Amino acid sequence: MKHPGINLGPHHGTAHDQAEKVVFGFWVFLMSDLIIFGLMFATYVTMTNPVGMAGGPGPKHVFDLASVFAQTMILLTSSLTFGMASLAIRHEQGRNIISIWLYVTLALGLTFLVFEARDFTSMVGLGAVPSRSGYLSAFFGLVPLHGLHVMAGCLWIMVMILQIRAFGMIPLVKTRLLRLGLFWHFLDLVWIGIFTIVYLGGIGT
Amino acid sequence: MTSDQNYNWFFGRLDLSSLSIWQAIQNPTTSELIAAGAAMIVILGAIGAIALITWLRAWRTLWTEWLTSTDHKRIGIMYCVLALVMMARGVIEGVLMRTQQAFGLHGGFLTPDHFAELFTTHGTIMIFFVAVPFIAGIINYVMPLQIGARDMSFPVMNQVSLGLTATGAALVMISLVLGQFSTGSWAAYPPYTGKVFNPGTGPDYWIWSVAIAGIGTTLSGINFAVTIFKERAPGMSLFKMPVFCWTVLCTAVIMIFAMPPLTVATMMLAADRYLDFHFFTNDLGGNMMNYVNLFWLFGHPEVYLLVLPTYGIFSETIATFSGKRLYGYTSLVYATMAISVLSFTVWLHHFFTMGQSANVNIAFGIASMCIAIPTGVKVYNWVATLFRGRTRLTVPMIYATGFFYLFVIGGLTGVMLANPTISYQVHNTLFLVAHFHNVLIPGVLFGLLSGYHYWFPKAFGFRLHEGWGWASAVLWILGFSFTFFPLYVLGFMGMPRRSANYSDPAFEPVMFVALFGATLVLAALASLCVQLVVSIRDRKRLAVPLGDPWNGRTLEWAMPSPPPHYNFAVLPYVHERDEFGDAKATGRAYCEPEEYEDIELPNNTPIGMIICAAATLLGLALIFYIWWLAVLAAVSMIVTFIARTFDLETTHLIPASEIAAEHKAWLARVRAASPITRDAETKPENEGLAVLERPDLMAAPK
Repeated sequence: MKHPGINLGPHHGTAHDQAEKVVFGFWVFLMSDLIIFGLMFATYVTMTNPVGMAGGPGPKHVFDLASVFAQTMILLTSSLTFGMASLAIRHEQGRNIISIWLYVTLALGLTFLVFEARDFTSMVGLGAVPSRSGYLSAFFGLVPLHGLHVMAGCLWIMVMILQIRAFGMIPLVKTRLLRLGLFWHFLDLVWIGIFTIVYLGGIGT
Repeated sequence: MTSDQNYNWFFGRLDLSSLSIWQAIQNPTTSELIAAGAAMIVILGAIGAIALITWLRAWRTLWTEWLTSTDHKRIGIMYCVLALVMMARGVIEGVLMRTQQAFGLHGGFLTPDHFAELFTTHGTIMIFFVAVPFIAGIINYVMPLQIGARDMSFPVMNQVSLGLTATGAALVMISLVLGQFSTGSWAAYPPYTGKVFNPGTGPDYWIWSVAIAGIGTTLSGINFAVTIFKERAPGMSLFKMPVFCWTVLCTAVIMIFAMPPLTVATMMLAADRYLDFHFFTNDLGGNMMNYVNLFWLFGHPEVYLLVLPTYGIFSETIATFSGKRLYGYTSLVYATMAISVLSFTVWLHHFFTMGQSANVNIAFGIASMCIAIPTGVKVYNWVATLFRGRTRLTVPMIYATGFFYLFVIGGLTGVMLANPTISYQVHNTLFLVAHFHNVLIPGVLFGLLSGYHYWFPKAFGFRLHEGWGWASAVLWILGFSFTFFPLYVLGFMGMPRRSANYSDPAFEPVMFVALFGATLVLAALASLCVQLVVSIRDRKRLAVPLGDPWNGRTLEWAMPSPPPHYNFAVLPYVHERDEFGDAKATGRAYCEPEEYEDIELPNNTPIGMIICAAATLLGLALIFYIWWLAVLAAVSMIVTFIARTFDLETTHLIPASEIAAEHKAWLARVRAASPITRDAETKPENEGLAVLERPDLMAAPK
């Protein structure tokens, strides 16, 4: 084990050795990023009360739980498909198989974003805009921030699909895919927090 | 579109009245003339710098050897240059504020708004663009050398960090010429800095300069931590690292975890100002206390981020100039860790008076007082290191002496302020200003300046002039004392902080004492400049090319000065703490290795400078509402970054033969040189090779 998470394994030679430093560095970056999400969650929780809502729409009025559940399933599945891509990399199944799993993950990520954008649009239609209340500001600070991360992740997947085609499975591409995998699973983890605290928590109280 | 709309589309809210010089022409009061003068200094300074570089024909060298370099040593030096330039502005602003207050009985020459801008830029600059880059610079230069590494783990990211820090500094400088900087203090509390009360450019300048530089610092923290964990030379376990590296590790951890709250706070404030969010507004459910908590969740760990590395520097200089091992290494390491953990548990003491219950206050008060314990441990460690050492009063030791006396006083007033009942009496008075300057100047600045004197010969191959260094150090100590001890008195007398003027004549004489101190500080800064000029002029006489002018104990002294690009000809195997001291005592130093190997080093890249230029444009575009430029700058940063990932040729090899030739030439010079005793280290005979004195104190204990 060179680093936490899935390892390429010694049969990957230099790529396995190079992964130690860069993947560790990426874990550290994720820790720092997680602080940002943690603080956005804390802000959201402190604003989820009548004072924060300032008479504007609250969670019960604007959340579409069916849509959010669909998004959760899509994102969880995309984590599974990325996991399949990681295994394909580890077991050297060739660039085509790896690319296919990446394409599937990308498609799921984009579908998630479409659903999310649709939700936001319907919220805006109901007058639930960030300028309406502190509570909605906190919501639109947290959830779209996750969406922005997913967008960055999708862009990253596209770049990696290009690089697999251009360079083949060279060590640099492999270690980048390892880091992208961590990023993608991290986004899933944050989404679990959003689903639980923002959506279920909002509707439950 | 009408021509007005066209203009606004293209220039946003930038127009002639944004120019502070234009403002002074329209309304020539003293305050406006001073602002216009400062703008002229920035413009002339920039023109002067461009002219000087052109005259020296140094553009190509500047670009290929420095701005595009990924060498941690070059990046470190550039950080320090940035910090020193910004320090000149920060000190001058401080002196201007002292002058205003000395003449501030019923008036003075500055408007309250201008005074507010001064204390805002002074605070912002001194923290974000002096202390942080100076620390990042010294860490960048020294830490990889001390752990036996060739470079940082992520050399290109290191360059980007520098670029982002420089962006923030550039925005603060540009604010002198275009528009106005914030008047909301370095902490920028909303709702005052919100759109309703402050629609102008000020808070936007603050937000973008601090946020962009803050991201650079976060990336630096990641880089430092990963470098320490993954790049140490073989044999160097964590507990064989020099204490400076331990403090760097703790600071890096603080950077990683304490910078994100600043990013969050600034981005929320920006969302409030730009997108009509209500995080911190007075109305519609905003909660400004969230800002205060977020800001100090960053702000308090930040002061330990600043002071821990300087504790590390003092640990190195005091041990070296006492000719002894550091007393109580392990306790110092644990004290450092304790401080970095405690630093996250005390933020609320910055606002005891803002409405928490007494129980909450006392919990944070006790946590704050607890920090005095590990800090006290450190002070005893250093004093015990001096005991029976062969202590030499070089410039770093003058600073250390000043640090001992003054910093302990600052720490004690900190314990006073940690008591909420006392805080209620003196909060928002000059007592507080005196306290934090009393920890930041003797603690952080003296440490950094002593590090500057200690490692300068390593970086440039010649020592700094000793006499001017002494003068500067003594002036700093006296200047600090005369400036800030009176502020304690004024605080007790009830003089509020951030106040341009006052009506109690009893304040006036004390204010003049503080002004006298400020002139001494100005003289100290001038001495530093003179010292640099004199030292460059006398560099032949001060040269220490062999690399070990102070009879050093750690690995950075085991190489020529300035060190080669690749640092170590052959990576050392580390046997002991204070490896180089032990190597000298046991005859392992200056040995020729059996074989040399090719060394792979990162190529130069312009990416840091491209990001810096684009981020500066992005900042300006956002400040002046020039949306097309903001989009263009943001997109160009993303494209640059992605394009870079398609570049596979990112390293080059230095052939073993070249390394062998350079290393052997240096070893031959070492063998031919005559070593000097510690008494002669400040004399021209010092070529950077030390006699082995008291090998029992140099070698590791058996």
